[in-house]
Amino acid sequence: MSSTEKNLPSAWFSSERRKLIIQEYGIFVAFLLLALILSLSNEYFLTAGNISNILLQTSINGILAIGMTFVILTRGIDLSVGSVVALAGIVSASFATNSSTAGIAGAPYSALVALPVGLLVGIACGAIVGIIVSRFAVPAFVATLGMLSAARGMTLLYGGGRPVPALTPEFRWIGTGNILGIPMPVVLLAAIFVISWWVLNRTRFGRYIYAVGGNPHAAVTSGINVSRLRLLVYVISGGLAGLAGMLLSARTGSALPQAGISYELDAIAAVVIGGTSLSGGVGRITGTLVGALIISVMNNGLDLMGIQSYYQQVLKGALIVGAVMLDQKRNQGV
Amino acid sequence: MEFLLEVEGLRKSFGGVAALSDGRFQLRAGSVHALCGGNGAGKSTFLKILMGIHMRDAGSIRRRGTEVTYSTPAEALAAGIAIIEQELSPVPHMTVAENIYLGREPSSRFGGIDFKTMNRNAQALLDRLGFNIRASLLMMNLSVAQIQLVEIAKALSHNAEVIFMDEPTSAIGEKEAQYLFTAVERLKAEGKGIVYVSHRLSEIFQIADSYTVFRDGSYVGSGNLADTDRPSLIRMIVGRELGDEYIKTNAPSDVPGLEVSGLTAPGKIDDVSFTARKGEILGIYGLMGSGRSEIFNCLFGLDRTSRGSIRIDGEDITVGKPADAMAHGIAFVTEDRKSTGLNLTDSVRSNICMASLPELSPRFNMDRRMEADASRRMVERFDIKAARDTMPVSDLSGGNQQKVVLGKWFLRNPKVLLLDEPTRGVDVGAKREIYRIVCAFAEEGGTVVMISSEIDEVLGMSDRIMVMRRGRSAGIYSREQSDAQSLVHLST
Repeated sequence: MSSTEKNLPSAWFSSERRKLIIQEYGIFVAFLLLALILSLSNEYFLTAGNISNILLQTSINGILAIGMTFVILTRGIDLSVGSVVALAGIVSASFATNSSTAGIAGAPYSALVALPVGLLVGIACGAIVGIIVSRFAVPAFVATLGMLSAARGMTLLYGGGRPVPALTPEFRWIGTGNILGIPMPVVLLAAIFVISWWVLNRTRFGRYIYAVGGNPHAAVTSGINVSRLRLLVYVISGGLAGLAGMLLSARTGSALPQAGISYELDAIAAVVIGGTSLSGGVGRITGTLVGALIISVMNNGLDLMGIQSYYQQVLKGALIVGAVMLDQKRNQGV
Repeated sequence: MEFLLEVEGLRKSFGGVAALSDGRFQLRAGSVHALCGGNGAGKSTFLKILMGIHMRDAGSIRRRGTEVTYSTPAEALAAGIAIIEQELSPVPHMTVAENIYLGREPSSRFGGIDFKTMNRNAQALLDRLGFNIRASLLMMNLSVAQIQLVEIAKALSHNAEVIFMDEPTSAIGEKEAQYLFTAVERLKAEGKGIVYVSHRLSEIFQIADSYTVFRDGSYVGSGNLADTDRPSLIRMIVGRELGDEYIKTNAPSDVPGLEVSGLTAPGKIDDVSFTARKGEILGIYGLMGSGRSEIFNCLFGLDRTSRGSIRIDGEDITVGKPADAMAHGIAFVTEDRKSTGLNLTDSVRSNICMASLPELSPRFNMDRRMEADASRRMVERFDIKAARDTMPVSDLSGGNQQKVVLGKWFLRNPKVLLLDEPTRGVDVGAKREIYRIVCAFAEEGGTVVMISSEIDEVLGMSDRIMVMRRGRSAGIYSREQSDAQSLVHLST
């Protein structure tokens, strides 16, 4: 009964296509404009050193935001990633510290032990949340809020509230090393991005994620195991948070119990700015990456201009809300 | 003669495309006027302009002879025009009285709500209308038909003189519908004008006095229903000769396709047994809540059963989850395509492929060529009208959306097709295509079980009919044995 049906055949290439282009590439255009303005106003912005710096700053939030995208696409949310960053960071660090008091053994283990341990901690946290959400039908907001508190508490208990210092150079390599001159965190972010893009766009699992987020009832009646899928997205998010936690401690050389506080908010911000709908089923991983880049570039630009960091927070808030306002306007039809 | 509402030359375009090019309409006091037309005929746009949701581009609207313009629904309501929408939106955790007086609650001396007066007024209103509903009940405890009645009461509490009803029976059963019609008769006797929008022609002939037909956004004709008949009305709506409404091409074989015996789900269905043969269309008729849909939910692994056996092609199967049922060749077109059939945020192609992803991704990777090809096959086979299959499924008309759901299941080459209200909210033309598709499936040896609350459809399509009453089967009757009266009688 709607009018849209009729105007499609004749006009889809104009207004419909235009809408599609704005929807798909609006965020890229915004990003390029921002970069253009900054490069014109500051000659240091486009130097290799600064670009590398921006990417490095994006890496941890980018990795968390990619995990968050999986979760949000299924209509969920993961508030626990900041705490999981701290827990995985400190547990893995205790396997890789030269300090005799903070380690779990007299001598540090190989990074080949410490790294999987950190990943497992993240995956375990994600699996617990995932089971609570998928089997016990607890809203994701509540389940992950619980994990936010519990994982932070476990972090403090595990390290006795003290940091774990003096990490082995071998372990630190994932945060400070480089491959062909590209910093390791950036390499990891790129790899995770490519894999995630492929999973979401080219695999059955990815299609299921969009289907479950778009209409969970229709997904069930189409024979999709919605419960298992819900569990898996939290495992992915938890695992990536574990990796991000290790990157953070590897970069700074020690694991801090208060690491990662409010990281979940930056991750959600990147996802939302990137155009993913909090009501699920709609969104792109490339948008998330650009969203994370926009946040870093904005912070970097304001730093270069010598603007106090407090303003950055205010501007970030405005950016998040503004991005969603634009999105809403767009969805109402051009 | 003064009309309650008179509309001439109403025009509205969206983005340069005309949705309504010549809307004409006349409503007399004390009459029920049927507004007919297929999907996309412009009925919705017409209603939305009258309700002040859209602004018209041209044309005139006269209310009791005076030229009027409404720019918000509140203005239309104030002028005595109310609409009861197809998708009801009650506030479930509030009482009937609170829902009726939402936003206009009588205030007490200290600025709070005077609940006593509100409840009393609401009860008086409901009683006057003869609705057997207590004003202090919570909305969430009412049936869909009762909610409809509350909506009517709400409209009348605004002193509405013109009441639009958009597909009011699409979600309620035959008995409840009769209840609603009694209310409509009463309103008519009070001198109100009712505009009745429905795809169900039998209802229109039952309760309406006059009709107006729209097609492709313009007025086609109007008149008294007494001066026309069903075939001519259909001809006006679709604009061409359609031939018989139900064309049965299938012939049941003697080979059982689906055998169900003693199926029991506590509190839902009790000891339901039937056999649907290959090539047969078995209809299931029953009121809402009689356990019709629950049978399908059990067969498809969505509801737990405590007892009973299911056999397909003579072999016992166990179904614990939808994937099991699908592996045994069962396809399930659910009752409500928007809430359980389609992913409205996604494209036509993705929706068609949604139930066949394991088959379309032999390795972990999706085979995109196979996907596009599968989608193209279904779009062609069912003549789905979409500019391209990557467009959002939400932009399609109801009939085409339903064909996408059918496509999703036919892609799996099912042996048994479970259809729950396959033509709800679908226009006359698309209905016929769906009947043709279903018949063709049975003709090729498929087994079809179809639930419908539209009595004509059950009688027209089924080879045999099982009647459900309060979770139990009230018997299975052959096509020749059944008529509308006996079905209604058995189901209540």
